[in-house]
Amino acid sequence: MSDLFRVENLSKSFGGLAVSRNISLSMAEGERLALIGPNGAGKTTFVNLVTGQIKPSAGRVVLNGEDVTQLGAVRRVRKGLVRTFQVTRLFSELTPEEHVTLTVLQREGKASRILSRFRGNSAVADEVHDILATLGLLEVARRKVGQIAYGQQRLLEIAIALALKPKVLLLDEPAAGVPSADTPRIEQALERLPPSLAVLMIEHDMDLVFRFAKRVVVLAAGGIIFEGLPSEVAADPKVREAYLGNYANARSVA
Amino acid sequence: MQVMAQAQTVSAAPRAKGLWWRDVIGIMLIVICGAAGYWLFPDNLALLTRIVAVALLVLSIDLIVGYCGVATLGQAALFGAGAYAAGIACVNGVTEPMTLIAIGALAGATAGLVMGAIMLRAHGLAQLVLSIAIVQLFHEAANKASAYTGGSDGLAGLMVSPLFGIFEFDLWGKTAYLMGFALLLLVFILLKFIVASPFGMLCRGIKQDPVRIRAMGAFVFPVLLKMFVISGAVAGMGGALAAISTQVVGLDSVSFELSANALVMLVLGGLGTLYGALIGTIIFMGFEHMVSAINPFHWMTMVGALLIAVVLAAPGGLTSLAEKLRGGKA
Repeated sequence: MSDLFRVENLSKSFGGLAVSRNISLSMAEGERLALIGPNGAGKTTFVNLVTGQIKPSAGRVVLNGEDVTQLGAVRRVRKGLVRTFQVTRLFSELTPEEHVTLTVLQREGKASRILSRFRGNSAVADEVHDILATLGLLEVARRKVGQIAYGQQRLLEIAIALALKPKVLLLDEPAAGVPSADTPRIEQALERLPPSLAVLMIEHDMDLVFRFAKRVVVLAAGGIIFEGLPSEVAADPKVREAYLGNYANARSVA
Repeated sequence: MQVMAQAQTVSAAPRAKGLWWRDVIGIMLIVICGAAGYWLFPDNLALLTRIVAVALLVLSIDLIVGYCGVATLGQAALFGAGAYAAGIACVNGVTEPMTLIAIGALAGATAGLVMGAIMLRAHGLAQLVLSIAIVQLFHEAANKASAYTGGSDGLAGLMVSPLFGIFEFDLWGKTAYLMGFALLLLVFILLKFIVASPFGMLCRGIKQDPVRIRAMGAFVFPVLLKMFVISGAVAGMGGALAAISTQVVGLDSVSFELSANALVMLVLGGLGTLYGALIGTIIFMGFEHMVSAINPFHWMTMVGALLIAVVLAAPGGLTSLAEKLRGGKA
């Protein structure tokens, strides 16, 4: 019951196709969990179910002891359940500063004010400055997002999430599409995430997973097939079969 | 790192200031154009007032289409609501012009609330079709309720009292034009503040990606509905102004044709800047007036040719052309 965040028997089928089967997992405050699995395992579907983008066929999502399964995506965000997107969803015509300012204003319930200036609040401006500084985005703070590097856009996704002061953060492949030269900056940002924040990260880059996560969950064909320490995951026969199976077989044949 | 960061913030600051000055210059230009119209075309003040009224309608479309990305071909429903409300009030003894404008704004805002609540249930093409259906319904309602609206004859003979009890609405339309122009200027400045507010930024975000806005924890529907209400108030004021200045309200003020023309004017001028709405209205209506005088038979063809030329040369409208020129210089 001390869990900050819990998913119970979450299932989703589209027609006859089950994309998530009976997923249960829980996270404590400050936990660093990696969710891995082969392509099509249902990782992003899981994030969509948890954050309310799609409705589950069965199961519950519990945050801080409260059942949020019936709440829409917006209300879950306001409760502290926040995600980033696998393919960045940013406003190409706006600047990073504008993105984060809008997010902070929203969090404070000031985003739909008509007759106040967007940059009028100095407390908000200070907070935005701090968030951008933490993620090393100050140098591009006032450049249009369409004109900044993809790695910086990925950092901005994290900046927006942090501006919401989440309790649980779901990172959907935070390093996807980032040139390997920029990956260290993403990793650095992940290391600096607030210690009390529970973070679930989906990631393909295994080096990143092993450095970041204290616990690994493996998803295959919509269900959990392994849960345990990063050091154990590679040795698990089920994981090898589902995740590394083809590769291992190919090598043994050769 | 911290020192570097601060230096960068300072160097980035002047841009925002530059934008602020741009708007001051823009508004001064509008005042100059308005005054120039008054002095240069004293015989055409009725047309200029009509342009001002339609400019309010086009501005109101820009709020929805340009800033929120909701396409509409039924905006004249809101314009007409303002026109008929002001007209009916006037016939029933409320003749003070500022009150009539306020009544128009209120009626437009109410119509905007209804229209938004219906249109925002749908998306894309269905939304566009709904907007057409709504303006047709308004049109039919105005036609059928002839006891109040005068039906297809329209509501004629509005007697408006002098502005502030002093300035009579003269035969040349001086008072109407100056009042309309002052109203347009006031609305424009107010809208500039609104689109620069957190709310305006939220709308721009929704236009690009509502999913992202929801993931930021903001509801989309109430924000868009609010913009429909604001837009309705602006369009309603345009309608009331048209009613006051022409002393007639006809079914054409709540027509699909006016809605479509106004959208064309906006596209001609450029979306999402507010300036584009003004430029598009002036050029479209000015051109229409000129060409229809020169060649009463083929003026529509020429207006069509102008549109095609502009859309091909500057798909983002005339304001985007100016933007491009400035970009080239910098």
